[in-house]
Amino acid sequence: MSRRRKNAARLLLIAAGTVMVCFGAMRGEAELVLGKAIRLCLECVGIG
Amino acid sequence: MGKNKNNLSRTTGRMRGWIQAGATLFSNIHLSNFFKGGIYQGGGKALCVPGLNCYSCPAASGACPIGAFQAVVGSSKFGFSYYITGFLILVGVLLGRFVCGFLCPFGWLQDLLHKIPGRKISTKKLKSLTYVKYAVLIGTVILLPALVTNDVGMGDPYFCKYICPQGVLEGALPLAAVDAGIRSALGTLFTRKLVVLVTVAVLSVVFYRPFCKWVCPLGAFYGLMNKVSLLGVEVDRGKCVSCGRCAKVCKMDVDITRAPNHGECIRCGKCVTVCPADALAYGCGFGSDEKEMKKETEK
Repeated sequence: MSRRRKNAARLLLIAAGTVMVCFGAMRGEAELVLGKAIRLCLECVGIG
Repeated sequence: MGKNKNNLSRTTGRMRGWIQAGATLFSNIHLSNFFKGGIYQGGGKALCVPGLNCYSCPAASGACPIGAFQAVVGSSKFGFSYYITGFLILVGVLLGRFVCGFLCPFGWLQDLLHKIPGRKISTKKLKSLTYVKYAVLIGTVILLPALVTNDVGMGDPYFCKYICPQGVLEGALPLAAVDAGIRSALGTLFTRKLVVLVTVAVLSVVFYRPFCKWVCPLGAFYGLMNKVSLLGVEVDRGKCVSCGRCAKVCKMDVDITRAPNHGECIRCGKCVTVCPADALAYGCGFGSDEKEMKKETEK
């Protein structure tokens, strides 16, 4: 991959990543993640 | 390639163990919770840490990206997580698998276990197993939680539930040690997960980072991003004497001079520290890459 193409891909991914994080946070995914992360995950620890 | 850059790269490679320890502490900063028997419940857990670090660890300061992705995808509300995917893309573009080599607590644990003296077996002949982690990522992290759902449309976090050993190590064991209620609730699932943990631990003594190489979905994702990550290893072809030391020392079975952006390279810097010609160094940014180095040499 040439340097120009690689840099274009990097910029595109940074832009896409930023938009996705903002869009996800706006539609309430961050609250869902917080709600899951502050409670004991039964599947993770092996209960149930 | 400047002398200062080489020195900085070598120092970074040599300091890796300390950086890994610091990253593990940063990912699990609420140490007092180990004695209290509860988990941190602050707003910081809406954010993810870059490595594989269970959010049910009493000291965890953030959410595990893989656990969080499955929580969103497996919820009845969303079928895909833009929030976590975006986060992983950003971390991947910036650092690639440097996260595995320097920032992941479970990677560090495997490194420590591999230091235990004994017979070590090369994984060069087991390269085909490295593709398993991509199947784990697509199957147990993305598809199963979204497609196999219960009556209310919720899916299990299959990777966390059946594969991930971090939940037992960081969550179940410390919590069960201080909480009789949790201790009594542990059953068959815990036993199965404990077997997974012990198996990974034993294999880690013999093989270098078996979980990272063959199973970890986070490593699979960051591996894909290695091709474009801003942080990477630069090869100065003008200085390279083709001695092969870098390929020989690499425990991830990568020949850095042939493929500097290989998906298995965890940017551990072992190759940088052994290079006798200062032909290898960490590079960061949109600027120089291997091709540019070649051009400079030709001039």
